[in-house]
Amino acid sequence: MSAAEKTNVPHRRTEPPFVRWLLIGIALAFIALFLVVPLVSVFAEGLRQGLGFYFQTLRDPLTVSAIKLTLIAAGIAVPLNCIFGVAAAWAIAKFDFRGKNILLTLIDLPFSISPVISGLIYVLVFGAQGWFGSWFSDHNIKIIFAVPGIVLATIFVTFPFVARELIPLMQAQGRTEEEAARVLGASGWQTFWRVTIPNIKWGLLYGVILCNARAMGEFGAVSVVSGHIQGQTNTIPLHVQILYESDNFAGAFAVASLLTFLALVTLVLKTWVEYKHDALRGTAFTPVPIVKNISEKL
Amino acid sequence: MATRRLGAKKLRVLPGFKLTLGFTLFYLGLIVLIPLSAVFIKTSTLTWAQFSHTVFSPQALAAYRLSFGAAFFAAVVNAIFGLIVAWVLVRYNFLGKKLVDALVDLPFALPTAVAGITLATLYSPNGWIGGLLAPLGIKVAYTQLGIFVALTFIGLPFIVRTVQPVLEDFDPELEDAASSLGANRWQVFWRVIFPTLTPALLTGFALAFARALGEYGSVVFISSNIPMKTQIVPLLIMNELDGFQYAKATALAVVMLVISFLILLAVNVLQWWSNRYNTNNLA
Repeated sequence: MSAAEKTNVPHRRTEPPFVRWLLIGIALAFIALFLVVPLVSVFAEGLRQGLGFYFQTLRDPLTVSAIKLTLIAAGIAVPLNCIFGVAAAWAIAKFDFRGKNILLTLIDLPFSISPVISGLIYVLVFGAQGWFGSWFSDHNIKIIFAVPGIVLATIFVTFPFVARELIPLMQAQGRTEEEAARVLGASGWQTFWRVTIPNIKWGLLYGVILCNARAMGEFGAVSVVSGHIQGQTNTIPLHVQILYESDNFAGAFAVASLLTFLALVTLVLKTWVEYKHDALRGTAFTPVPIVKNISEKL
Repeated sequence: MATRRLGAKKLRVLPGFKLTLGFTLFYLGLIVLIPLSAVFIKTSTLTWAQFSHTVFSPQALAAYRLSFGAAFFAAVVNAIFGLIVAWVLVRYNFLGKKLVDALVDLPFALPTAVAGITLATLYSPNGWIGGLLAPLGIKVAYTQLGIFVALTFIGLPFIVRTVQPVLEDFDPELEDAASSLGANRWQVFWRVIFPTLTPALLTGFALAFARALGEYGSVVFISSNIPMKTQIVPLLIMNELDGFQYAKATALAVVMLVISFLILLAVNVLQWWSNRYNTNNLA
């Protein structure tokens, strides 16, 4: 909107100052009450017994093993979902086939499922009384109440993140650049690495950041399949729960502050990527079905 | 468009269709579809009597009522305040606006367990906020009100993030037209701007509601988990799982899944409606 346009209608496009300040006040009060106060209180509660206790909790072997397990789960789930996201986006954006809308809806499915149910489905398949439970126990492989179950649950809850960022992006970019590269003699892999990847790198990074945040923070689904064995099947969020329920509040908040710090880093990185690539703005986390984001282009 | 599609089909210059689609379907089946089908197959082995005994038990009915009620009121509160936050972020300038904008996504980024213990501590009778409310006789933590607070927290970003882009795209000339025809500011908002926002507002509402129905981590700490009183459906499912009552947990899960799918369908219809609405506006 140009300055001239603005001066043409000085009063009509905005509200009286009193209303403006009232609305800003209400919005800030709401944000302060629900977001800022909880954020500050995590760190305040974590430091309640002093810095010594804080770092002692973080160095505790049980905390360290929880951090390790979280890094393992995210370290497996994020790359796998990344490969899946790129493959799904390539197939959907670069080719025409029937049933695309159904495929898109199915990819989004894990978002609309309660975390508790996300854990439950793996218990039904791999648990002691599950479909494959007896086969795995005959071969001495433990999935439920063990690390593989935690990894599976983490993959499930973070399944759509990378795909749902890349599909609309690649759909919007079309196929002409890749087709040109092919016609000029590039191989399929050359086209992918030299043309597609540079085009989608910000979207990919964005998806990875969001996927990783959820992978490291997942609680409900992991809680169902974990078995809560301290030092073995405890992730960071589960360790927070155990500390909290054993009335070690300062310890629980000290470990929780690690996750809060991770959340803040996620928000900063996310904002930075949005600044670099404006088209990604507003697509984070929001489970508006991807089908509809790109429906006009299909 | 039509000619290019035709051309692409004839030439197929791009490779990897079978590989990528094959992997996509394989991975989707392995991680999502097969495990998810287990819920329905397991439930189909129950007799109707067993199924209805679980899903219509008084405890389950009380849990549905609380889940729906708390999720509904949390979504209503978020619809009102989310609209104000989105409006303020799009229309006004103030110090710290960018920070507030970035902070709105905190409930998505913050692990639910952290939100849970933080809200439980803040709203407990000797917490920062609970301590202020206790003299007034208002108890929040370990009551139904606490569940509502937790669900409001986790649903906060949905309405802001669905309304914000629509408000940004709104054509200010429509406002000028309305006000030059004599509408006052409130009439412009209520008759011109608000109807355009309605589909987005309803979508955000449905998303926040759906998320709240399934929420577990942020509620488990602030709820006392007393059957019939402060037990929402995911907590009830978790209780059955802890008691190794897999059949019962699965039956309840089927009910929740069907409800989530219905909400997903409603969101899709709403999106279609809002797309149509926007096209009409442009025309």
